[in-house]
Amino acid sequence: MEKERHVLVVFPHPDDEAFGVSGTIASYTKSGVPVTYACLTLGEMGRNMGNPPFATRESLPHIRKKELQDAANVLGINDLRMLGYRDKTVEFENEAVLAAHMGSIIKEVKPSLIITFYPGYAVHPDHDACGAAVIKAVKDMPENKRPKVHCVAFSNNCEEEIGQADVVNNVSEVADLKVAAIKAHVSQTQLMAAEMEEQLKNQDPAVMARIHNERFWTYKF
Amino acid sequence: MEPVIIDQVQKELDRFAQKEVYIHLETTNGAYASHFDESFFSSGAYIRNALLQYEHGKITGNGPFRVGLKMSFGWVYAEGITHFEVDNKGRLLLAGHDFSGKLAVSLQLSEQPF
Repeated sequence: MEKERHVLVVFPHPDDEAFGVSGTIASYTKSGVPVTYACLTLGEMGRNMGNPPFATRESLPHIRKKELQDAANVLGINDLRMLGYRDKTVEFENEAVLAAHMGSIIKEVKPSLIITFYPGYAVHPDHDACGAAVIKAVKDMPENKRPKVHCVAFSNNCEEEIGQADVVNNVSEVADLKVAAIKAHVSQTQLMAAEMEEQLKNQDPAVMARIHNERFWTYKF
Repeated sequence: MEPVIIDQVQKELDRFAQKEVYIHLETTNGAYASHFDESFFSSGAYIRNALLQYEHGKITGNGPFRVGLKMSFGWVYAEGITHFEVDNKGRLLLAGHDFSGKLAVSLQLSEQPF
């Protein structure tokens, strides 16, 4: 992994950082690189309420906020920002205003690397809108001031259209932190986390590869 | 939340009738439905803090339940309701959870904005 000065992670939901990126985050913080995580919403519209239900539509954001803070602690993120947007409404915000908000954070944090979603290839409308706002904000900066942007893509058509990921981080050294970050989002991951741990114990090759390798597409402006 | 007790929910619907109430109404199949199954038609609707007044409200069915609110010039209804709760702010929270515990529909009433 390339040495960075400061990494800014921008995602819309608590747990977006956990699945595909937490190993990369942990690798940076472990080597002393500061990581700022700007999380747009509190995942208010999550659907997993448990059976019997442990949460309501109204209590879920409080639960997920705590889980987000726990995951940030696990990953050594000491600058966690909750931006106060509402889950599933990001794409309906004014695009220029949203991009300006992202721009103000970028200007303040001055990251050498930004990690966000690849607009158009990130499945959830909030993911695409979040990525688009970040890309627009960086595009609006003078070329010589722009940080690198590594995007996460996982739509079914992404490799067909944007090719293979050009950055693959092996995060096997911090796999335990990654699993812990995923488990911190217990309301969302309790079912799959147990299964995943079992698969890891059994060294299931597909799961090992998914946990140990994190893929990014460098955005070309 | 607990499984619907029809008499208790009916009492709550009566309590909110004929006064201004804020409504949260939502249906959802999740944002990933079409990602995991491309033949799945994804749909949903969401309204938060609509202020309205209803003449009477009713819960019917054998479970999952249906809840309808009749207004002087319109209707609100939700189907698939399985659970209810009156939370510590006195709000009536109704929700329908599918067999894996995922929220599919929710109808909530409050005298204050959510």
